[in-house]
Amino acid sequence: MDIFLQQLINGLVLGSIYALVALGYTMVYGILELINFAHGEVTMIGAMVALSVIGLLLGAMPELPGILVVLAGVLVAIPACMLLGYAIEKIAYRPLRKAPRLAPLITAIGVSIILQNVAMLVWGRQYVSFPRILPEGRHEIWGAHITDLQIFIVVLSLSVMASLWLLVQRTRLGRAMRATAQSKEVAALMGVNVDKVISATFLIGSAIAAIAGVMVSAYYGLAHYYMGFLLGLKAFSAAVLGGIGNIAGAMLGGMLLGMIEALGAGYIGDLTGGFLGSHYQDVFAFFVLILVLVFRPSGLLGERVASRA
Amino acid sequence: MPKWLRLPPPVAFLLLAITLILLPFLTGATLGNSWVRVLDFVLLYVMLALGLNIVVGYAGLLDLGYVAFYAIGAYLYAWLASPHFGLHLPFWAILPLGALLAGFFGVLLGAPTLRLRGDYLAIVTLGFGEIIRIFMNNLNAPFNLTNGPQGINLIDPVALGPLIFKGNHHLFGFKLTAPYLYYYLFLAFTLATIVIAMRLQNSRIGRAWAALREDEVAAAAMGVNTRNVKLLAFAMGATFGGLAGGLFASFQGFISPESFNLWESILILCMIVLGGMGHIPGVILGAVMLTVLPEALRYLGDWQRAALGHVVVDPNDLRMLIFGLALVLMMIYRPAGLIPSRQRRREFAAEDGVAEQEQADLYDAKV
Repeated sequence: MDIFLQQLINGLVLGSIYALVALGYTMVYGILELINFAHGEVTMIGAMVALSVIGLLLGAMPELPGILVVLAGVLVAIPACMLLGYAIEKIAYRPLRKAPRLAPLITAIGVSIILQNVAMLVWGRQYVSFPRILPEGRHEIWGAHITDLQIFIVVLSLSVMASLWLLVQRTRLGRAMRATAQSKEVAALMGVNVDKVISATFLIGSAIAAIAGVMVSAYYGLAHYYMGFLLGLKAFSAAVLGGIGNIAGAMLGGMLLGMIEALGAGYIGDLTGGFLGSHYQDVFAFFVLILVLVFRPSGLLGERVASRA
Repeated sequence: MPKWLRLPPPVAFLLLAITLILLPFLTGATLGNSWVRVLDFVLLYVMLALGLNIVVGYAGLLDLGYVAFYAIGAYLYAWLASPHFGLHLPFWAILPLGALLAGFFGVLLGAPTLRLRGDYLAIVTLGFGEIIRIFMNNLNAPFNLTNGPQGINLIDPVALGPLIFKGNHHLFGFKLTAPYLYYYLFLAFTLATIVIAMRLQNSRIGRAWAALREDEVAAAAMGVNTRNVKLLAFAMGATFGGLAGGLFASFQGFISPESFNLWESILILCMIVLGGMGHIPGVILGAVMLTVLPEALRYLGDWQRAALGHVVVDPNDLRMLIFGLALVLMMIYRPAGLIPSRQRRREFAAEDGVAEQEQADLYDAKV
């Protein structure tokens, strides 16, 4: 029972990170019907920028409390990623908005390759470690452990999701985004500046990705130029699981995928009699993705049909 | 091509044949023997690109997991012709088996994804490719099937009767090393692939694929059995992938899961897109360019040393970067590819609304 609870907690933490990244995919897909392949890389850049800032600050002012240092890192990473996301859309996607669907998908892959390699040139091929400056308290609930960092990640993710939800449901920009997602043409006729809305979508998605990037590197204690790829794929799977284009779906899908992964990795050894071990953890996201697409292509909360895509 | 350059077909054919036969010697004499290996890889990638072109270019099904079939062919070859299981079957027995097994996996992947299209299909196929790779990486326990990340080595070279594709052979005073021999073997397979791809395109099945690609509903209404035709596209494409995989395994003598990652699938897709999707000369050009370009970029390091005295940026790091940039620029400035087929050029050049609609629907026919 305590193993189950422990895996559930781990899954929840992982899932809230997936959910944040999935939001970026789902928002862009909802509006442009484009898989923004480079989104995982934006997350990676966020982690890298934050780690650089943290390293610099620790070198210059070692007496600063750890939380403040990390906060400073996040505050630099957010605008950096926003700028990056804005530039990606402007340079790589906007000129292709009328091109066949395959074209922007391929530029997205191209941008992804570019970002990975730029990151490799700037930060090197090695793993960059996250300094242990955050409080490391551990709490026990019914035999399972949860750390301060884990609690913090879940709470911060939930509050980011709540603010995004409010933004989309309650503000003028949110209404414009929803209108654009339904129909770019009609939204434009109603006086919505579609280009601006799309830019705003990329800005918001990238800001959230920056936060997720810092979280994931703090959680695993390291960052790497290649980390964005698998994270992005899993987050995309999460978005599809929840119903792509649906913001609540991305949140639900992310949480669920995190838990499926954690529980799956915890129990696969027992279930298969030791035939498959926990190193198959990464397979779950893809299996879930394929199963969802085959049996319920619209995802858990989506109303759209996959044949639209 | 200007008229005075146009040769009568038999002459052109003869010239082409002589060039292809002499190419490894010319390359070996001018650029060095390492480039003969590059030539072999060019041929291998032409095969792969033509195979993927069946799925993506002809049938319009975006497959990002193509490398999985390549891996299946390669691993089957390694299992049946290496000390790993102690089996040493001849290559002509394994290659068809590998192609068949890959084709079977093609159907296996195609069957659950029949209803999907466009980028959803892309993601599912991508997931399939990753699953295969993760299994290859981890199936060294509980019994050692793939030898995990270390991969399988000491794979038998191809042997044609007494001629073993290894070491040095002498023919009419020429020294033939393994890359030369493999060049001719691969050339034969590549030419066969080209012929099959051309014949397929103009066949009944090829027309069915084109119909499917342009509009699935209309194709179904015209009596095309969309399910079978789709599965056939996956199976045919996978077959070529499996074949190329077997050849790759024997040529390298060593395989590991690293050779079959997602970027390989993307590389092959990019060959098709850069050259001109669905158009055989374009696909061949794309495969040649994208195989030769990264090799040529290796010289960047030498240039830097000559000009600046030391290597500022490692060319290995720059290669992929330039590659990514090329993809983006290509899509923005020449989205139809370098040599698009006549039909696609028309679609891209079209200005009026109907044609624009057609473009938009090209890869996402609606139900």
